[in-house]
Amino acid sequence: MQQRFGRYLIWILISLIGASAVGGIALHRGESINALWFIVAAVCVYAIGFRFYSAWIAARVLMLDDTRATPAERLQDGRDYLPTNRWVVFGHHFAAIAGPGPLIGPTLAAQFGYLPGTLWILVGSVLAGCVQDMCILFFSTRRNGRSLGQMARDELGPIGGAAALFATLLIMIILIAVLGLVVVNAMKHSPWATSTVIATIPIALFIGIYMRYLRPGRVLEGSLVGVVLLLLSVGGGGWVDQQPLLREWFNHPGLPLAFGVIGYGFMAAVLPVWLLLAPRDYLSTFMKLGTVLLLAGAIILLQPDLKMPALTQFIDGTGPIFAGTLFPFVFITIACGAISGFHSLIASGTTPKLLSNERDIPMIGYGGMALESFVAMMALIAATVLDPGVYFAINSPAGIVGALPADAVATISSWGFPVTVEQMNALAASMGEATLFARTGGAPSLAVGMASIFGSAFGEHLLALWYHFAIMFEAVFILTTLDAGTRVGRFMLQDLLGNIWPKLGQTSWYPSVLLSSALVVAGWGYFLYIGVIDPNGGVNILWPLFGISNQLLAAIALTVATGILIKSGKWRVAWVTALPLTWLTILTTTAVYEKITSADPRLGFFAAAEDLATKLAAGQLSPEKAAVAPQLIFNQQLDAWLALLFVGLLWVIILDMLRMASRSLRGLPVLSSAEAPYQRTTLENSAS
Amino acid sequence: MHLVKLLAALKKAWRLIRELSGDDAYERYLRHQILHHPEETPLSRQAFFQQEQHRKWHGVKRCC
Repeated sequence: MQQRFGRYLIWILISLIGASAVGGIALHRGESINALWFIVAAVCVYAIGFRFYSAWIAARVLMLDDTRATPAERLQDGRDYLPTNRWVVFGHHFAAIAGPGPLIGPTLAAQFGYLPGTLWILVGSVLAGCVQDMCILFFSTRRNGRSLGQMARDELGPIGGAAALFATLLIMIILIAVLGLVVVNAMKHSPWATSTVIATIPIALFIGIYMRYLRPGRVLEGSLVGVVLLLLSVGGGGWVDQQPLLREWFNHPGLPLAFGVIGYGFMAAVLPVWLLLAPRDYLSTFMKLGTVLLLAGAIILLQPDLKMPALTQFIDGTGPIFAGTLFPFVFITIACGAISGFHSLIASGTTPKLLSNERDIPMIGYGGMALESFVAMMALIAATVLDPGVYFAINSPAGIVGALPADAVATISSWGFPVTVEQMNALAASMGEATLFARTGGAPSLAVGMASIFGSAFGEHLLALWYHFAIMFEAVFILTTLDAGTRVGRFMLQDLLGNIWPKLGQTSWYPSVLLSSALVVAGWGYFLYIGVIDPNGGVNILWPLFGISNQLLAAIALTVATGILIKSGKWRVAWVTALPLTWLTILTTTAVYEKITSADPRLGFFAAAEDLATKLAAGQLSPEKAAVAPQLIFNQQLDAWLALLFVGLLWVIILDMLRMASRSLRGLPVLSSAEAPYQRTTLENSAS
Repeated sequence: MHLVKLLAALKKAWRLIRELSGDDAYERYLRHQILHHPEETPLSRQAFFQQEQHRKWHGVKRCC
């Protein structure tokens, strides 16, 4: 009894602390606010969400049964299906869902101020993102680890299944393009960053050979060697930057770098996995864990102040980094930090085949996403500890604020965010860069933020090293996603092509590998190319498109989950997934509507195409701009149709689900649920 | 006494790290083979990891 009282007391205390931290952040109206508030608020919100909401969903909605044998036990084959320690499953699951998205989205969304991003990261993850991951993990576990696409087909019908597969492929292409753009912008005219990023390729190749031939399977040892080499490459890049001749080899504008990334992507997709992708994956996982822990430690140690205001005037849609009003674009931009459709592919793939007991589902599904959301929170902190003037100077494209430093600082200062050319030059010099103006994409500003936090915590004189360490970390991470994504896209495309000509579907037939890899790389390479030549900075177009597609995939996953809940007679609690689904549908539909119909050429795709066409016809464009204008016009129109296709797909799936739900509620026959029959677990310590 | 406990805890943590990273995958495989398929000759360390890697990278393994 006393013990129970103590537990109540602890949770009441956590709730009070969390409520006052969130309230403090929301109501704070001072010059600056301490980052520790955000850490405390986040930890309390996740703890409460996990302890109460996930437990309630587990007990009342999903009705987890710890006496039921999981697929890992029933279908154990020692490889894919294998009952595994829950901490190990958690580690694998988190490593798989953790990507560069939560680092970039919050950085860009900081243009609205720190408050909107913070609130959505916390509320969105607890009520939507974590719920999606947990529910999909559960449904897939009950269906022998089936994929989202298969579940959509089994539970909703062939239309739902095909739409899910198609949406995944498109998202992959947009995602890789925008990530490629982020890397290109980080390397643009930076010999240090470029040489360090290039050095990560031979390092990965060496570790690949090391782990396959020199010391097969010594994963920890190999990764340790690789991490040391990566750190050395950061220092080596600094040395290259000092050599007057050598540095010119690595000093390039955006376009050649973009072609380099495209060529690299193709090579990475056709080279054997063990040589490049697998070692890169180990390295990036260790780098991410290490850096995130380091960042969390530094923030707690240093307790920096956030200098960004709670809200900026850009909530009206005139923001320089991306166009669009607070609603819906803060949600579209944060994307993966609050809810990521991509997670549903992991939660319905590898993870359910490793679970040894259903009772681990809340911890892995809900808890894994909470941790990912925490990473997004730290990225937001790193972006908002910068002076707002500096933040906007780094992230605003030259097409908006002017290409000359004097013009840029004048424009940004006129917004009420004072910054000077001297300040920017001094900052660039201390970071070892030639310039930090118009370094869009989020990576450089995140790196400056991280470097200033690390620098203050662990030594100010190493700023340039910290900056390039952060760039290297982001690049390793992004290139891993780029490699893995191209390969997944290739598998999907081969799957599709296999329907036309079976031989093309053989994943090991080399001509098919080359053809499908080339098609996927050409797909994202096209968007990357357009993003680089766009004077307004491709981020303005590509990131919202990526956000929309990602939220769309999340909506598809939630549709499948809602459909299953209704079908299995749990329609009274189906709001658990139906509410986030409704919200995401409103979000994506509004965002697409604005992207299509807005008369603002920075926001509306068709408006932009028309604006450019008028200027081209009137001869108002400079010769260089006129040369690329036809491509940009075509691209704006293509993006418009793509966005329409996205939202069309979503509505088709939702209507399909509603049709099925109404049949089910009226007692008419529907596709029978594909849940595997109950079997009692025989694993030790499993049944309570 | 405390030292013994500490050592045991460290050992446990190390085992967890090795399992998390897949460093001990071959040892686990050997154990599984001996237990469940004693009649088969187990793969060599190198062959096992080649097969593992091929299997691991077939499908969606990374998110954004």
